[in-house]
Amino acid sequence: MKKKSLFLSLVAILATISSSAFGQSLSGAGATFPLPFYNMAFQKYTESTGVKVTYGGIGSGGGIRSLSDKVVDFGASDAFLSDKELAEMPATIVHMPTCSGAVVVAFNLPGIQSINLTSDVLVNILLGKIKNWNDPSLKKLNASVKFPDMPITVVYRSDGSGTTNMFTDYLTKVSKEWANKLGSGKTVNWPVGVGAKGNPGVAGTISQTKGSIGYVGSEYSFAQKIPTAYLKNKAGKFIKPSMASISAAGQGTIPADTRVMLTNSDAPYAYPIAGFTWIIIYKEQNYNNRTLAQAEATLKLLSWMLTPDAQKIAPTVNYASLPEAVVKKANAILRTVTYNGKPVLK
Amino acid sequence: MNSDKILKYILFTASLLILLISGGMVFSLVRGAMPSFHEFGWKFIISSEWDPTQGREQYGALLFIVGTLLTSVLALLIAVPLAFSTSLFVAEYFKNTRIASVVSTMVDLLAGIPSIIFGLWGFYILRPFIVSIGLSDQGYGIFTSGLILAFMIIPYATSLSNTSISMVSNELKEAAYSLGATRLEVIWNVILPNARSGITASYILAFGRALGETLAVTMLIGNSNRMPTGLFSTGNTMSSVIANQFGEASGLQLSSLIEIGLLLFVMTTIINAVGKFIIKKLNR
Repeated sequence: MKKKSLFLSLVAILATISSSAFGQSLSGAGATFPLPFYNMAFQKYTESTGVKVTYGGIGSGGGIRSLSDKVVDFGASDAFLSDKELAEMPATIVHMPTCSGAVVVAFNLPGIQSINLTSDVLVNILLGKIKNWNDPSLKKLNASVKFPDMPITVVYRSDGSGTTNMFTDYLTKVSKEWANKLGSGKTVNWPVGVGAKGNPGVAGTISQTKGSIGYVGSEYSFAQKIPTAYLKNKAGKFIKPSMASISAAGQGTIPADTRVMLTNSDAPYAYPIAGFTWIIIYKEQNYNNRTLAQAEATLKLLSWMLTPDAQKIAPTVNYASLPEAVVKKANAILRTVTYNGKPVLK
Repeated sequence: MNSDKILKYILFTASLLILLISGGMVFSLVRGAMPSFHEFGWKFIISSEWDPTQGREQYGALLFIVGTLLTSVLALLIAVPLAFSTSLFVAEYFKNTRIASVVSTMVDLLAGIPSIIFGLWGFYILRPFIVSIGLSDQGYGIFTSGLILAFMIIPYATSLSNTSISMVSNELKEAAYSLGATRLEVIWNVILPNARSGITASYILAFGRALGETLAVTMLIGNSNRMPTGLFSTGNTMSSVIANQFGEASGLQLSSLIEIGLLLFVMTTIINAVGKFIIKKLNR
């Protein structure tokens, strides 16, 4: 009996300590793509405010499921929810972009650091129509490059991923043939090539296979300094993937709810395969007996993510920060979030 | 209550729990696979179309069943001669010697190596080697995965056959020798007929193990959803398509992946049951 009461009081003490000392805590889950950025940003936020934020990188699909099951304060996804997916959620949700990234075309040709590609040539390589690096169509785009007589090995992501989604969304936009044969999605039915798991798997396979070409997330390729192709954008310029050219992709026309792919952007200096990554929350924050304090803490964190303080962290971990105009739109979205019908943010 | 009874209840609960867990697994696999089964029926097994693109979703498991069988059979073909020689070496030629115990320890050690290590070794050493000797352009495919699988199942193939070879009674062997039989004749006419079922069972169990291996194969098979056309063509297996796609899958795709899981479960269960049956026959 004595033991039991001792145990109970210990539990009570622990409970009070954890609730008072650690104060507010928020949890989120979802996309792995922005994980390094979120980790850095949330850590900084905890240091300055004391609000503890935990984030689980479980994949965009998992993030959407977690929010739908109401087990997290916010979800995160690399792909915005389609109208159908929005309708399937238990309540209205809003998207807030946090940063943008891109997909780069990486290759391995001995002694060659950069090549120019157009969408036509890229699609033909991926469809297996251009089989060798000495193809005249490649030569035409790269007068100064001496291509070897070498078979092309296409490398793609074998696991379902937002990177594939962004890349195939671009291909679907620029090529009718691609749209008809494959379309876009987190996994598609690649006609040629080999699949490898994750960005490290694809990048590793490319770096080890002469004559290979594939696509990887920009955040990974920038960190690893992998040779990448310049892509011809809608304005007709060959654009090198960089923070600036990815950020530029967000300067085109963006709808008010920010649910848009930045692929094939019409901005003149935009890299053509870019996209936002989003945090998603319920528009009405009073659900599952959530307190007003919890809702306020969630919104405070999210609006802090849009401040220059948070945004300047993004480039240090190889993500492009949001352009001014997008930050404005995102702030406007946050102001529509309510608790019992009243806006949470003043 | 006496201690005997308590123990009996504990044991009973523990075994019941295990039964419940395996039953629950089968139940949830079947339930998860239902939407896909309703949509595709038996065609699921004979269709090689796997297209997760929204709007034209179509799922069939044939590609992956073929990939799984091809890699596992290839692994068995490579592993059996090696495993058989090792077993004879350890359990007959050098029985109870120091070198035999070293060899059998090394083989057992292989079983303890995590499959990611086999995968990494295959990715960084074996694959470039296959490219460098000109067998294939990129080194991925059925052959590379089969080879890695063979190394992984050798310990499973040897351990049981070692036991059954060393269990052949000395009287029989001595009788054969006294009739003037050579060592090869003794192996062929005395040891093999007596240990046959044990050896076969161990290869069947090793085969079952090869069917389910995921990680190393995923790293080496090339993960392409196309029907393999030869030893060096890329492919995909049942377990690696699940590992690759379940994370971001939902709806019909998820259900189809679960159905593949169910098929794999049934396949390995049958293989293991056959193995167990043969062992039982041996012991009788």
